[in-house]
Amino acid sequence: MSMNQAMVEKYRNNFLKEVEANVEEGEWVKMCMQCGVCSGSCPFGNHWAHPPQELFMMIRAGKREEVLTSDSMWMCTSCYNCIARCPRELPITHLMHGLAHYAKRLGLVPKNQPTAKFAQLFWDNLMKKGRINELKLGMSIYFMNGFGEGVKTALKMKGVGMGMMKTARMSPMEMVGGHAVKDLSGFHKVLQKAKELEDARIAQHGPGHGA
Amino acid sequence: MAKKEYSFYPGCSSQKGASSSNYLVSVQTMCEELDVQLNEIPDWNCCSASVGYAGGGELPRLTLSARTIALSEEHNPGQDIVATCAACWLATREAAERLHEDQSLMAEANTALAEAGLKLKNETPIKHMAEILIEDIGYEELGAKVKKPLEGIKIAGYVGCQTNRPFGIAGESFENPKYLDKLVETLGGDSIPDYEAKVQCCGGGLAFSEPEKSQELIKGIIEAAYDHGADMIVTPCPVCQMNVEVYQDQINDTYGTKFKMPVVYYSTLMAVAYGRSAKDAALNGQVIPAKQLEALAGK
Repeated sequence: MSMNQAMVEKYRNNFLKEVEANVEEGEWVKMCMQCGVCSGSCPFGNHWAHPPQELFMMIRAGKREEVLTSDSMWMCTSCYNCIARCPRELPITHLMHGLAHYAKRLGLVPKNQPTAKFAQLFWDNLMKKGRINELKLGMSIYFMNGFGEGVKTALKMKGVGMGMMKTARMSPMEMVGGHAVKDLSGFHKVLQKAKELEDARIAQHGPGHGA
Repeated sequence: MAKKEYSFYPGCSSQKGASSSNYLVSVQTMCEELDVQLNEIPDWNCCSASVGYAGGGELPRLTLSARTIALSEEHNPGQDIVATCAACWLATREAAERLHEDQSLMAEANTALAEAGLKLKNETPIKHMAEILIEDIGYEELGAKVKKPLEGIKIAGYVGCQTNRPFGIAGESFENPKYLDKLVETLGGDSIPDYEAKVQCCGGGLAFSEPEKSQELIKGIIEAAYDHGADMIVTPCPVCQMNVEVYQDQINDTYGTKFKMPVVYYSTLMAVAYGRSAKDAALNGQVIPAKQLEALAGK
């Protein structure tokens, strides 16, 4: 049984409870009073199929699949306007990140969602050396939709790249070596442990335990 | 005045050959002039910024910041952490608060850190460089160092998002922060207090994944600066700086605009106003040259 299916079984008909138990800051969802200030404050607002206020209502209405397969929360630019303005002080930015992460964990992210891909590439990039390698990250973003698309994007971005190169704000040397933390093995051990602890915590919340 | 010392978190984008390496150069120059000593946190790591959430769960993300804070507490004890990057500052301060509020997460973070012999006390204030300038040093002293006032240069203060929300600078509003305008005036330049795009989002990291949507926002930020007759834009954030500066050609192609607006850091302005060379101010790091600053620095 997939993790997604297991969660469907476990929280049958109570998506709000599922969100509260599994999504970062999820316990705040029920505090939303549907004023819509977050939706009106969002810089990408017109690109959200379901702006935050609507997502919160959909969670309460049990629209599990519509919420988790939506690309809406992937539109969050982390501008924190919604957090700053919410009269009920919901940590909306974090909730959007939390919903996105939960959808990703369950394998429900829409195919080719560009920010989902970019965000994963960013994380994988920093995990390698403990610091972001901007050049490799940039190249991996250009090519994230395949080679043909990548060449087109790289050509389109040539002007930007040249500008950065000329001003020494991009270095071809990053392709070979690149910046890294010195205690790389310690860094990896620490992050591995953090992941194990989190996985254990999720397993405890997850199907087959408690509830 | 006694030298001020801080535990410095420069962040990935400030490294040699990275996108805000010019920011670091001008910050170092500015700090020399202000008698501020920056002690780099040895072996700091990435904070995972705003988009770390997809790949990283809550605890791994918090642990990244916990490692950097723990290293600071071990090697630079008693010194406030100062970050120049908005995302570094925000992610680290957010992590410190979350770990402070949730003792079980704090215990788990420390269990993870113990794998590398580290321990987080989480007692260190985490500040942005703008806070150091405004709160620890103050406008009066910042102004007293000016040798070459930025006379006749009209500068739009673009605060952006993450230096402003959710923490911001004490005493400033989220909707209409005035510290950049005050700083511009302090340096002898002309500010634009009613620059309406001052806290408008540039798309942040989504400039990479959603370029069209982000460039539409960026266009608005630049257009408003032109409408006010600005000669250049100043910002405290490396993502804002890059997004607003480097995509202007692409925006011109898409929208038929003729943008060529320099975008500089507050530290660029300060290095020039304090009489330092174009090189020390990292003016050679401008993709769109700031010619008025070059002329002033060359005088």
